[in-house]
Amino acid sequence: MSSSAGAQGAPIKSTGLHIGEPAPGVKKVDPIIVADNITRTFGGLTAVQVEHLEIPRGAITALIGPNGAGKTTLFNLLTGFDKPDTGEWTFDGQGISGIPAFKVARKGQVRTFQLTKALGLLTVLDNMKLGAKGQSGESLARALFPWFWSKQEKQIEERAIELLTRFKLDAKKDDYAASLSGGQRKLLEMARALMSEPSLVMLDEPMAGVNPALTQSLLDHILDLKTQGMTVLFVEHDMHMVRHIADWVVVMAEGRVVAEGDPHEVMANPAVIDAYLGSHHDEDLGNLDTGVMNAIKELADDDADDDKR
Amino acid sequence: MIDWILLLSNAAQEIISPTTAAYALAALGLAIHFGFTGLLNFGQAGFMMLGAYGFAIATLTFEWPVWAAMLTGVVASIVFALILGIPTLRLRADYLAIVTIAAAEIVRLLFTTNTFEPVTGSANGLQGYKGGFEALNPIPPGTYGFGPWVYNEYDWWVRIFGWSLVAIAAFVTWRLFKSPWGRVIKGIREDEDAVRALGKNVYFYKMQSLILGGVFGALAGMIFILPRAVVPSNYQTSLTFFIYAILLLGGAATVFGPIIGSVIFWVLLSFFSGFVARAVEVGWLPFLSNVQAGQLRFILVGIAIMLIVIYRPQGIFGNKKELAFVK
Amino acid sequence: MAHAASRPHPRRAHRRFAAVLLAGLVGLLTLSVSAPAAANEVGLDDYDFKISGLVELADEPLADVLLVIEGGGFRVEVESGEDGRWAVGIPEKGDYTVTLDENTLPEGIAVIDPEDETPNVREITVGQSGSAVANFFIGQGERNTTSLFDQIVERIFNGLNFGLLLALAAIGLSLVFGTTGLSNFAHAELVTFGGLMTLLFGVVLGLPIWLAIPIALILSAGLGYVNDAALWKPLRRRGVGLIPMMIVSIGLSLAVRYIFQMFVGGDTQQLPGATDTTLSIGLFGLSWTDVASMGISVLVLLGVAYFLLRTRIGKATRAVSDNPALAAASGIDVDRVIRIVWVMAGALAGLSGILWAYFRPGVSWDMGFQILLLTFAAVTLGGLGTAFGALVGALIVGLFVEISTLVIPSDMKYVGALVILILVLLVRPQGILGRKERIG
Repeated sequence: MSSSAGAQGAPIKSTGLHIGEPAPGVKKVDPIIVADNITRTFGGLTAVQVEHLEIPRGAITALIGPNGAGKTTLFNLLTGFDKPDTGEWTFDGQGISGIPAFKVARKGQVRTFQLTKALGLLTVLDNMKLGAKGQSGESLARALFPWFWSKQEKQIEERAIELLTRFKLDAKKDDYAASLSGGQRKLLEMARALMSEPSLVMLDEPMAGVNPALTQSLLDHILDLKTQGMTVLFVEHDMHMVRHIADWVVVMAEGRVVAEGDPHEVMANPAVIDAYLGSHHDEDLGNLDTGVMNAIKELADDDADDDKR
Repeated sequence: MIDWILLLSNAAQEIISPTTAAYALAALGLAIHFGFTGLLNFGQAGFMMLGAYGFAIATLTFEWPVWAAMLTGVVASIVFALILGIPTLRLRADYLAIVTIAAAEIVRLLFTTNTFEPVTGSANGLQGYKGGFEALNPIPPGTYGFGPWVYNEYDWWVRIFGWSLVAIAAFVTWRLFKSPWGRVIKGIREDEDAVRALGKNVYFYKMQSLILGGVFGALAGMIFILPRAVVPSNYQTSLTFFIYAILLLGGAATVFGPIIGSVIFWVLLSFFSGFVARAVEVGWLPFLSNVQAGQLRFILVGIAIMLIVIYRPQGIFGNKKELAFVK
Repeated sequence: MAHAASRPHPRRAHRRFAAVLLAGLVGLLTLSVSAPAAANEVGLDDYDFKISGLVELADEPLADVLLVIEGGGFRVEVESGEDGRWAVGIPEKGDYTVTLDENTLPEGIAVIDPEDETPNVREITVGQSGSAVANFFIGQGERNTTSLFDQIVERIFNGLNFGLLLALAAIGLSLVFGTTGLSNFAHAELVTFGGLMTLLFGVVLGLPIWLAIPIALILSAGLGYVNDAALWKPLRRRGVGLIPMMIVSIGLSLAVRYIFQMFVGGDTQQLPGATDTTLSIGLFGLSWTDVASMGISVLVLLGVAYFLLRTRIGKATRAVSDNPALAAASGIDVDRVIRIVWVMAGALAGLSGILWAYFRPGVSWDMGFQILLLTFAAVTLGGLGTAFGALVGALIVGLFVEISTLVIPSDMKYVGALVILILVLLVRPQGILGRKERIG
């Protein structure tokens, strides 16, 4: 089912992920997350209202939608950073609804943040080492006696340097993370997440604020995760990227899942166009925020490209 | 005329005085809270007070031996940390600030009120708890020392004991912040959500940090009362602010900063207070009375805190890059 | 009364005031230089153990009250000092009898204890600590006839009065927090400043009180403005973080508080009419001053509510509190809003200080700091940054502090309020009127 990405050129997409017609809440052949009836309100505002959602294992799933669609809130809920008003979900068959964020992470579901959270006043290497799981030196009692943990520390350091080399950050290992560029921080955050050897990686807008020179490298790293057998779920505004690497796309609008399917089908779906334009039907187009406009333009461009092909 | 030699020798005495040691240890505890973990503890005076009273009350009321009395103070500070931490460590940083400052005041009011006078001595405080500690003194009676540092056997014993505790605490802190545990703690200071997302139980680590720094505060409280009596008015909120001044002076995220900060703070304060007091006596500062001269030190500490935070937030010894302020 | 002896010397103070104005010091107030009067002490140097105490009536020290301490064949007499305190040295631990000579108390005042036939005699044991305290409950002679119901009503009115004046301070603190994110510990000094300025103009310079109070309020508003213009705005420009700013405010609070003390000394002084018993309205122990204080508070709070809800700039203030970035983007002049908030906070805090000076009663260098924690408690209880929450929080704190004295000793009355603060945070961390925030 999962397949390796082409070294250069177009990545090979995973297909046959779903059972039946692609529609919101469609069943998956092998889901890693199954969520039911999740709602979250802020004051009177319903931020998330998802009846049923399954995320396919071993594939790259994109979560898209206009601003305020509830993508990040859904991310926060699934990772334990926020508590839902109602709803249950499972990860790898275990119910994890309502358990705290750190326990979610320990189960192998690790996330990054929209605003990068590189730990600025720790060195790049320390950032990486922090990601490793099950460190005995992280207990206060043992921390005082290095002989309990120095061997493990060495192994962790080796693995960290290996990963840093892969992400081309090894030259910076002794610098404070605060000195890195925005794109490098995104890379560091992703590399740090991998230190915990996760089975599901959740990326919140991995491309936001990244220098175009680094975009390709980031894309390759995400595709690489799939090659290594990890599942990826990411939120993104960049439609090119979504088309390029996603095997499956979930579209949210006003807190609900309005469409699901493979990237090409979904983007032709009238419900999706409506989701991006719908909330602004009656308004002056000048009020549309630029992110939405860009997304629409990119959608149109992509379709034009496809037609030529 | 002003006796400069006396002023300088008084200031030099502060270098090893037990008060300096007590403030250094309290500031080290605060460095763990604020500098390394990013916890805004404004109740360090409360921790010190619990250490001091725990020790004194266990000795006087229960007539326990020294080690048990010290343990009482430490346990009291741990309980206090738990009471403070359980409701607030999940909340935003500024809640901890308000709750700790309020809790320290509650503690002070409880020790000041006449209601518990038989145990606490209310506003007059307690004395006469030093017997057990004195009995442990291995130094034979006599006067020792050179230069400005000439003391009797008890004074030396207090100094040796106090600074040994500071040295042990500094070593422990240094070790901890070179370990993976320290890495998690510093990560929490930078961004606790990121650390949480990596599977660390942030709440638990913050609690450990609060307890550890609080225990240092309690031990500092015990050193503080060995050369004097326990008086509740010594533990007002301004005590915590003085310790913050020391911490900021030395560098909030360093191990030796708080200690050297305390030495500098007390040497300068002693010299300056002495100088102003003499200067008033000989009529150099005709617009000041003696009482006002005493208040000048608080004004200077206040202004120093402001200037350091604005112009040199990393302190004297802190690394400019690692200036430790929570965002 | 005791404070009469320490009345400031007007001319000396006046001259110094001019000098300080020129120097442009923050405190610009100077009243008198009087060292706090020492407690009367007998034989403290001769003996290792001591008995001490404080003679006061409703927080006002009573001087020259004779006390006789007897026990174990030892007898000593002492008179309370200017600050109402006394202390005697005693030769050994043991039981002592302390007798207060009621003939030396001012007219109409007695030692009160309904459960004791001879309330002016206390048995004291000097135990392990080597020292003991003997305090007497002194009140108006007729006070012990007050029924429990009357006491409760009286406490409720007192609590309302205190809560309302606390609300004035709390709303300013809350508005500043809401618009700038600053937890301003130096707010206490704005409160003290109002009291001190009224003392300066109403007592030292002898202006009529109806003129002194408005002058004090204008100066308080001005100090609020100076606070922002000289310190906080430049710090915001420098991009100093919120927590460093909070620590700066702590340093400022400490420095300014002791500058105040340098100028006014450590003792308490009264504003005109603050302790005048002829102003009593004869109901629930209330005086006309109390009634006026509550009336003024209510009027001003209504004014603040109108400002926030109905005026353009008030709405802008709430918008900035909600979301400064969005407010700025929608064309609101955030700096102007913050400036107005500071001026308002200064004036409200100053008024709060004046009313607090009548409530305590008395003006002292640290009067604002005494209620700073309660002010923070009020703001946090109501919900950080919400003006109306601060009002609700302040009323709760005020009522709680006053009513709790029926049950707990009055020297622990602040403990209850602070405990309530911690308990509320446990149950409802966002405060009573606060909203839950979205994470991320």
